[in-house]
Amino acid sequence: MMNLSLEAGFALNVALLLMLVCVGIAIAATRSLLAAILLMGIYSLVSTVWLVVMDAADVAFTEAVVGAGVSTIVLLGAMLLARGDTERHDWRRLVAPALLAAVVGGVLIYAALDLPNFGDPASPANSHVGRAYLEAAQHKTGALNVVTAVLGSYRGFDTLGETVVIFAAGIGVALMLGFGPRATLPAPPDVMGDHHVVLRVTAKLLMPLIALYAFYVQFHGDLGAGGGFQAGVILAVAVILHALVFGLRETVLAIPAKLARTLATLGVLIYAVIGLICIVNGGGFLDYDHLFASKVEAMIPPGLLGDPDGAHHWGQHFGIFFIELGVLLTVAATMVTIFYGFAGRMMDGGAAKR
Amino acid sequence: MSMIVSHFNYVAVVVLLMVGLFIVFSSGNLIKRMIGLAVFQTSTGLFYISLGKVSGGTAAIVVDAQSADGRALAAALNPEYVAQYGVDGVVYSNPLPHVLILTAIVVGVATLAVGLSIAVRVREAYGTIESEEIEALARVDAARAEPVS
Repeated sequence: MMNLSLEAGFALNVALLLMLVCVGIAIAATRSLLAAILLMGIYSLVSTVWLVVMDAADVAFTEAVVGAGVSTIVLLGAMLLARGDTERHDWRRLVAPALLAAVVGGVLIYAALDLPNFGDPASPANSHVGRAYLEAAQHKTGALNVVTAVLGSYRGFDTLGETVVIFAAGIGVALMLGFGPRATLPAPPDVMGDHHVVLRVTAKLLMPLIALYAFYVQFHGDLGAGGGFQAGVILAVAVILHALVFGLRETVLAIPAKLARTLATLGVLIYAVIGLICIVNGGGFLDYDHLFASKVEAMIPPGLLGDPDGAHHWGQHFGIFFIELGVLLTVAATMVTIFYGFAGRMMDGGAAKR
Repeated sequence: MSMIVSHFNYVAVVVLLMVGLFIVFSSGNLIKRMIGLAVFQTSTGLFYISLGKVSGGTAAIVVDAQSADGRALAAALNPEYVAQYGVDGVVYSNPLPHVLILTAIVVGVATLAVGLSIAVRVREAYGTIESEEIEALARVDAARAEPVS
């Protein structure tokens, strides 16, 4: 919120939250699944803007690529496969859920009145732990982006757990939906009419740029907003765009499902091995100060990356770099695997049975 | 009135949570339920981010207070406020909720995909994703499986 006055920022906040509530109610009210899914995309976009107003640049980034990009595609794929375009409705069945929601909401609002004021710099959450990280993070890890420092270094073990959860979800989807058997079928004759020329040329021009941007987000993550999670999803979006424009068949030729699975596993392995190397060199699991043996650490000339204050930064720099690489591989490959699962599924599991 | 202003975010988040909860319980359609769950999950994220906001703060990317950006940020605020709540002369929002929610969003889409793939398999097994019809069909299956005495 660089050039906004406090009042303007708060007014934006209120307006965006009201929009979110309206979109949410519209999702609840609509009976068309397609409308609900597209409204969900709008919901994500609006909340992205709100997150920027709330100074959560990294989260906004993630929400933009995940919420408005991948999850909409996955939902649309599921809707097509399940062929459930409209839900049935009976107003008598709405009374009990409405009462339940009202009671839960009432209790929570009653509890929320005890919370500190919005934006209070002296609130417990903002004044002790949060402040301590802001003061220490750059000095201890060398990362300017405190979010990356906490994500990659302080909370590295937790992030490893989350990477494994994403990996496990990818395996789960692949086991249930397969690895895209539809991609092995011969292409139908008129899948790419000539009226798609503009689309194809534009997509071809865009794809390298998207991939380049993903790597920028990846390697710039400790200096600005970004990191492995965002970059991974952006990279996956480039692959998904290719599949949407040129057909799944062509994409699977370029990036086989097997390659995606291998890369997802490799990502988790890189992350875990970095943690183990730290143990071997005498530290704790994922304690990057011990990523390099002390002999190697002594050989690194100070100020090599323009950061001469303290040899312990070296392990931190490279530790965060490598675990972000692991996160990138796992997230990108898992998203592609999930997409292959949904996009490559035959209607009613046809290929799986035959 | 000041209470409404200072706690508006929390109330809005709770309303979103209610909407999500309502969708999950009222809809019989499995995919619509997953959408409701996603709304519910987002509302939790919005709550965390709201708690971490510091008024007048900036994103938690370290800025040198002496640089042009740092001076512009400080100029918009009361110097005493900056001295009390700033870190090295710049006021930041709390980064910890951002870290939690960032990973939660990516994990959220992965688990959403798992839920949806279960819905797809349910559709293939029962021919419908309406939970009432599925329950009726499952009851018929169970009755058939019972040995006739």
